[in-house]
Amino acid sequence: MANIELRGITKIFDKKVRAVNDVNLTIADQEFMVLLGPSGCGKTTLMRMIAGLEYPEAGRIVIGGADVTDLPPRKRNISMVFQSYAVFPHLTVFDNIAFGLKMNKTGKAEIKRRTEEAAELVQLSPYLERYSAQLSGGQRQRVAVARAIVMEPAVLLMDEPLSNLDALLRLNFRAELKRLVAELKTTTIYVTHDQVEAMSLGDRIAVMRDGEIVQCGTPMEVYERPATEFIGGFIGSPPMNFLKVRLERVDGKLRAMLGSHGLPAPTMLADHADRDLLLGIRAENIEATPVDGVASQVDLVSKTLVVELLGAQMLVTGEIDGQGIKVLVRADAPIKPGVDLLLHPELDKLRWFDAESRNEIVVS
Amino acid sequence: MRNANPARETGDDFRSLRQARGRRHTLGRAGLYLLATVMALWVLAPIYLITITAFSPRDVVREYPKQVIPREFSVESMDFFVNSTGVLGSLWNSVLVALITLVLSTIIGAPAGYALARFAFKGRDPYRLVILSTRAFPIVILSIPLAVTFLTWGIYDSIYAVALMHTALAMPFTVLITSSIFVSVPHDLEEAALTLGCTPLQAFLRVVMPLALPGLAAASIFTFVLSWNEVFAAVILTLQERTLPAHVLGVLTSSPPHFRFAAAWFMLAPSLIFIFLIRRYLLGLWGRISR
Repeated sequence: MANIELRGITKIFDKKVRAVNDVNLTIADQEFMVLLGPSGCGKTTLMRMIAGLEYPEAGRIVIGGADVTDLPPRKRNISMVFQSYAVFPHLTVFDNIAFGLKMNKTGKAEIKRRTEEAAELVQLSPYLERYSAQLSGGQRQRVAVARAIVMEPAVLLMDEPLSNLDALLRLNFRAELKRLVAELKTTTIYVTHDQVEAMSLGDRIAVMRDGEIVQCGTPMEVYERPATEFIGGFIGSPPMNFLKVRLERVDGKLRAMLGSHGLPAPTMLADHADRDLLLGIRAENIEATPVDGVASQVDLVSKTLVVELLGAQMLVTGEIDGQGIKVLVRADAPIKPGVDLLLHPELDKLRWFDAESRNEIVVS
Repeated sequence: MRNANPARETGDDFRSLRQARGRRHTLGRAGLYLLATVMALWVLAPIYLITITAFSPRDVVREYPKQVIPREFSVESMDFFVNSTGVLGSLWNSVLVALITLVLSTIIGAPAGYALARFAFKGRDPYRLVILSTRAFPIVILSIPLAVTFLTWGIYDSIYAVALMHTALAMPFTVLITSSIFVSVPHDLEEAALTLGCTPLQAFLRVVMPLALPGLAAASIFTFVLSWNEVFAAVILTLQERTLPAHVLGVLTSSPPHFRFAAAWFMLAPSLIFIFLIRRYLLGLWGRISR
């Protein structure tokens, strides 16, 4: 098993496109690291460089203490699961899984034992004699996973392995994959654009954008304390609410003014007084009740535009002072379009962002 | 009154529409089959006539009207043809030339096709065009200087000269076809092999080759048939060491009709058998590979 160090990795395509730009990342032994980002953010390119399928223009890749930057894929002790699965169509399931073992000249008896063991792990035992064309998408995906884990690699790389499965299968597989990787204790890097997948699988998530890692942390950290507006908007469903507020001093206290309503702001923000800020708050961290009677001038009131039932909860889209806001309420709450809602955000869940740079202003 | 039951009426409309469409569909299919039949007959009728005449007694050739169903089987004409002077030798030459052409053009052309398929190098598109443009030179223009060159090299009037010429003729085709075959093998598979312990060469031999084989076989049919049928270059570049078409062409005018029919059948048969064999192999492999 091994840790991975990426030092200043840069990849430039066609002499001008910076697909990956000066990425530094350390992945601990046995860690499950998810590279998350929208398409074209460089996450797959970064993984392909770790695999040795692309060569970085700058930077070093160190796996288990050894610099592998100049080594071909076969000498890096890695295995990779491709998005397309890349199951060899001219070989049976058995020969697909055994392919790597045959290449590094493992003994026949051991190939048989380990291949059958890996097939058992992913429940492919009854299909060992079949060809790729005779398998379902889910089974092909299992072949790809078994073929990778049978090598007992130091690092397991997975490039969107679930993205070609239908929704239900994907859900089942996610849990299965999590169990499998936890059992194997292999250092794993997993590329996805699906934030739910990232949250549910990763020990840590590295969020990428435009070839750079913009935040790296545990799923909870990334979810609760997004480093930028982009991350808050990318992770979570619904995405984090962002409201433009103005920080003012009212009676000696800092207030984030939203129309005529002022939310108490932490004193740490004093430097930003009399400036515009971006206030971030998650939909589930706002308590909403229908306005009883006439709302006062200083209440935080949103006008309900759309109500969507999600099952256990209801997603209310409203408008405050011309700005959109989404709130999650109980499914049986008496809320209909047109109803005014009184909002009570949880004050300790408020996140503050610079209106210019869109980066979080860290308070406390 | 008429609109008392609009639903039923539109239902009827739909039915008649579907019937009309069905009739048109049937007509279309019939037309298609008719066309296919005509085209098949166009090719098969001469082949059939050649075949029955080649295997009938020699005097049947001059008979009129022609018998569609042969009355008598005879290898007399074939026997006469095969035992004529030079036929067996030139047949052997033809086979050798075709095989050398096949091997040479694959060895030289397939790597070029692979490069065109996998690597984005400078001038790839011009290269593609230039390859094709070699076919724009008429063989007539190429053959005379080639004959001179081969004379100075001392390989004039040998099967190697013809094989080299045929290789040159087949090359553009081989390169472009193999390139499209290699493109159709997903690059992912090759990369997967690389991550599973293969060197680039091993990845090619163990993954790309097996998958490209049906296509390569198809390309080789054409190369073989091209060489087997090519007569012009073969006539110019040889005197004694003739290939079968060159030999037959040389003696044709001075030969009796039953010789011609036997020769025609003999020229036809290997191409047909070769295509037939490889075609089955193609379908078998592709059927298994395609998802």
